[in-house]
Amino acid sequence: MSSRIFNLIVISFALMSFGLTAYAATPKEPLWPILKVAYFGDKVIREDATDLLVIDAPKRAEDAAIVPITVKSLVAQSADKYIKNIHIVIDNNPEPYSANFHLSPKLGLIDISTRMRVDQYTFVRAIAEMNDGSLHMVSRFVKASGGCSAPAGKDAAAALARLGKMQIRMRKPTVGEPVQAQVIISHPNYNGLQFDQASRRYIAAHYVKNINITYNDKPLITVDTGISVSEDPSIRFTFTPTEKGTLKADAADSTGQVFSEHKDI
Amino acid sequence: MKTLSNILGLFALIFLTSSCADENYSVAEVATGIFYHQGIDEDPTEQNIGAIANVGFIIGERCVAVIDSGGSYLEGTYLRRAIKKQTDLPICYVINSHVHPDHLLGNAAFKDDSPQFIGHEKLPAAIAARQDYFAKTFKEILGEAYTGSEFISPTLTVSIDQPITIDLGNRILTLTAYSTSHTDNDLTVLDNLTKTLWTGDLLFIGRIPALDGSINGWLATMQKLQSMDLNVVIPGHGIAGNKEWKKGLLDQIRYFTVLRTEIREIINNMGTIEEATQTVGLEETNKWELFQLYHRRNITASFVELEWE
Repeated sequence: MSSRIFNLIVISFALMSFGLTAYAATPKEPLWPILKVAYFGDKVIREDATDLLVIDAPKRAEDAAIVPITVKSLVAQSADKYIKNIHIVIDNNPEPYSANFHLSPKLGLIDISTRMRVDQYTFVRAIAEMNDGSLHMVSRFVKASGGCSAPAGKDAAAALARLGKMQIRMRKPTVGEPVQAQVIISHPNYNGLQFDQASRRYIAAHYVKNINITYNDKPLITVDTGISVSEDPSIRFTFTPTEKGTLKADAADSTGQVFSEHKDI
Repeated sequence: MKTLSNILGLFALIFLTSSCADENYSVAEVATGIFYHQGIDEDPTEQNIGAIANVGFIIGERCVAVIDSGGSYLEGTYLRRAIKKQTDLPICYVINSHVHPDHLLGNAAFKDDSPQFIGHEKLPAAIAARQDYFAKTFKEILGEAYTGSEFISPTLTVSIDQPITIDLGNRILTLTAYSTSHTDNDLTVLDNLTKTLWTGDLLFIGRIPALDGSINGWLATMQKLQSMDLNVVIPGHGIAGNKEWKKGLLDQIRYFTVLRTEIREIINNMGTIEEATQTVGLEETNKWELFQLYHRRNITASFVELEWE
């Protein structure tokens, strides 16, 4: 009898300490079944499509405001079979549908990176939509950052001061060789979720909505971006310049401001 | 019968462990009339009630100034009780060194004292931008200790490079606001009487510094701190005293200089954040507490800043 009571106490102690140490920040309900219907209707999505796609993200969001996410394809784009779109969904973000990359069949192997805000423990998903309409998904689980890093930017004044400044960065390109390029737009990317106590209102959302990257006026990648994208949106990608020409990036934000930058190869 | 007394003993133990936290909350006097509680080198949890940062107070002849109020409402109440043990003078100022929850979630514990809350001119905006996220996150992390916590914005702000003074009664404090360093809202408090400086999180000793502002800005601010004539320094984290801070500051300058040099090189070679987080500053691994928790984050934050040089 006495040992049973003792056991009970030991168990309740164990439960207590478990309750104290378990992180409550894990998603309560899996949101994906709802999100899937909301974004893709009743279409079939092939899960774990690791023969087609690879998604890379850190296991833990080191900085909640800047989480690098990379998507690569394992099958090169071709005129009759190519990835038309890659949709990025971050289940537990305020706006889970985070980006839609429209891809050219001429891109070769897809290798795209961007940076996202990740608020809490979440799945990050990349869903490839083929030119035949079929859907293929890969996903990664990302743990939330600890402590004091917040999805808000670090220096609002600095971000605003250089708003619209753009960079196209690349290693010395050679015609006919794949080259990595990066487009960055300086922008605070306000998500509209920040409450200003002084005015008792939410600071209006002000973010980059669209980035259009072309080579000699032919589209390479067009991205529709949402509020999950980090401050100073960055798109890194690989492409092969087939002739001399101009790599150009145009961006538009939610207030209708447009920004542009180009680089000759 | 023996079993019953065992059980009673066990319950007594539970009672003691839950009530003795307050008794264990100690403050040390590092200069005449200047007390601080040294935060523990951990991430905030329900068990440590978020008491991970250095917080404390300065007693003048007229009243008391609190410098950083604690990492939870509960810590705020402990700190307030520690003040009341030292003096009956009123608490007239609560100064927040910056926006991070471990330094200001105790503010509400001082509301009944009707103090003037003081912070950097950019602190109100920083609170506005982060409080929803912090409230959600810290409620989950801190559990019961969070209950009662509020984000209280300063009623008096200090502008960058325009220091103000406040008088606690024959004790003048100089409050200085900095351009973006650890955060974009860092404030230091200098007690002119004893040449004691509260650095807030401009200085971490032992614990790895966490960057939430600007690596270039912080390195510049560290140079300024180095040239100050000081007797005692109370860092945001780590031990306070008259000796440790000089080495602490050198360590911190070395750490961020290593990061900046190696990250710049990666950026110039079109490298990525992922490459940087895997290779930069590994020689610093055993030199800091909680290195694994913040190092990669410091690299990430520095990288996106240095991209615009």
